[in-house]
Amino acid sequence: MSTLDRVREIVATQLGRDAAEFTADTNLIEAGFESLDVIETVFAVEEEFDIDINFNANESAAQDLITVGDIVKAVEEELAKKATK
Amino acid sequence: MKRVAITGLGAVSPTGLDAPSTWDAVKEGRSAIGPLQIERQDLVTCPVAAQVKAFDPANYFTTKQITPLDRFSQFAVVAAREALADCGIDPESDAVRMAPAIVGTGGGGLETFDNSFWRVYGENSRRIHPFTVPRLMCSAAASQVSMNLGLHGMAYAVSSACASGTHAIGQAFALIRSGVSRMAFAGGSEACMTTGNLVAWEALRVLSNDTCRPFSKNRSGLVLGEGGAMLVLEEWDHAVERGARIYAEVLGFGTNSDAGDLTSPDPEYVELAMAMAIRDAGLTPGQVGYVNAHGTGTAMNDAVESAAIRAVFEGAPPPVSSTKGVLGHSLGATGAMEALLTAMALHEQVMPPTAHCTEPDTALGIDMIPEGARKQEFSAALSNSFAFGGLNAVLLMGRA
Repeated sequence: MSTLDRVREIVATQLGRDAAEFTADTNLIEAGFESLDVIETVFAVEEEFDIDINFNANESAAQDLITVGDIVKAVEEELAKKATK
Repeated sequence: MKRVAITGLGAVSPTGLDAPSTWDAVKEGRSAIGPLQIERQDLVTCPVAAQVKAFDPANYFTTKQITPLDRFSQFAVVAAREALADCGIDPESDAVRMAPAIVGTGGGGLETFDNSFWRVYGENSRRIHPFTVPRLMCSAAASQVSMNLGLHGMAYAVSSACASGTHAIGQAFALIRSGVSRMAFAGGSEACMTTGNLVAWEALRVLSNDTCRPFSKNRSGLVLGEGGAMLVLEEWDHAVERGARIYAEVLGFGTNSDAGDLTSPDPEYVELAMAMAIRDAGLTPGQVGYVNAHGTGTAMNDAVESAAIRAVFEGAPPPVSSTKGVLGHSLGATGAMEALLTAMALHEQVMPPTAHCTEPDTALGIDMIPEGARKQEFSAALSNSFAFGGLNAVLLMGRA
């Protein structure tokens, strides 16, 4: 499974929906994300990929996770860092 | 209805081991936020906190007394002893003997939890201390205050996360105002600098990794603090008859629940809680001269609290400051600490500054006193607490 597919599964589980409904362009808030969904999802992808994503709800970077694709990008960046370690 | 006086103050805080030194540091904006130092620190990423580093229980308790006391109970007892001495009444008097003890806490005996369970899960020990349960129960501090001071009135813990200390004082206020009690000890205590608790807060992604800057554009999140604060609330005429010093008067209490989101406050109910406190006191918003904000330093709190304040005061809010830049966020203790500081602000007619507000966020539409303490006459003040779970509690205090 690609990183995108695994992230789609996680987002779908978070919302109790089918992964097929999500693409990289799906906007998380429009899809139904509420206040705690983002940090729960970040936690779930960290567990899935065994990575740490630098995410603080107070910083403007927090606004960077808008779409499913943004999460994929954050995961791939961390996976790349891990690979070079 | 009886009038309610605040006649005694006691505190253990990151800036000092009594109320006067705590107030002085807050007034001067001397922050106690610094490098975190705890057991098993290698498991924690967060580098900063406001800890009560100078506190040595051996200075207050015998070895035998310390054994059943979690750190949060130690803070509460030391603060309560100071408040009792400060109010100047005979400790053997009937009013003291029959007084209730109401102590707010968010987590109870967190150090006992962490250290005991570390033995079980981390060190594979099947033996933990026989006092583990009586140390960690949320009501331990209330019990220890009642035992230590000999208070035979009703004693219990109040737990409403970051509003616990405020709810505790609100309950004591109701007891005195209604004539049930002549005197009450109320406050809050939290000793939350444990590995497990810090890791749990990290998981919420709201902790700052440098310092707490409420209402400042360069805000970076909240910083955890610890400490305890206890206040003596007393029926006004009783206090006057015995010639007690009155720091301030408790005039109103407003409290409600968002019944909505777990961590995102609802501006409508935050605003309503403040309006309820003002109405409960029989005042109008224009008579309130200062607001001690919840002011955690998160993006969410800055936006919601300032919007609610602007709405309550119809666009013309009085000066507002957060004392968390100095003391951090001591969870269940913080509301009591801020009530104590608000009482001191009224007593000395000085508004404490918002420390670390180096880039005042003017878009918030409030005057957050960034430049330093302000000497200004004011007759009434709000002390705000807005907890996770949508639990709002606001005290209104007046100049004595």
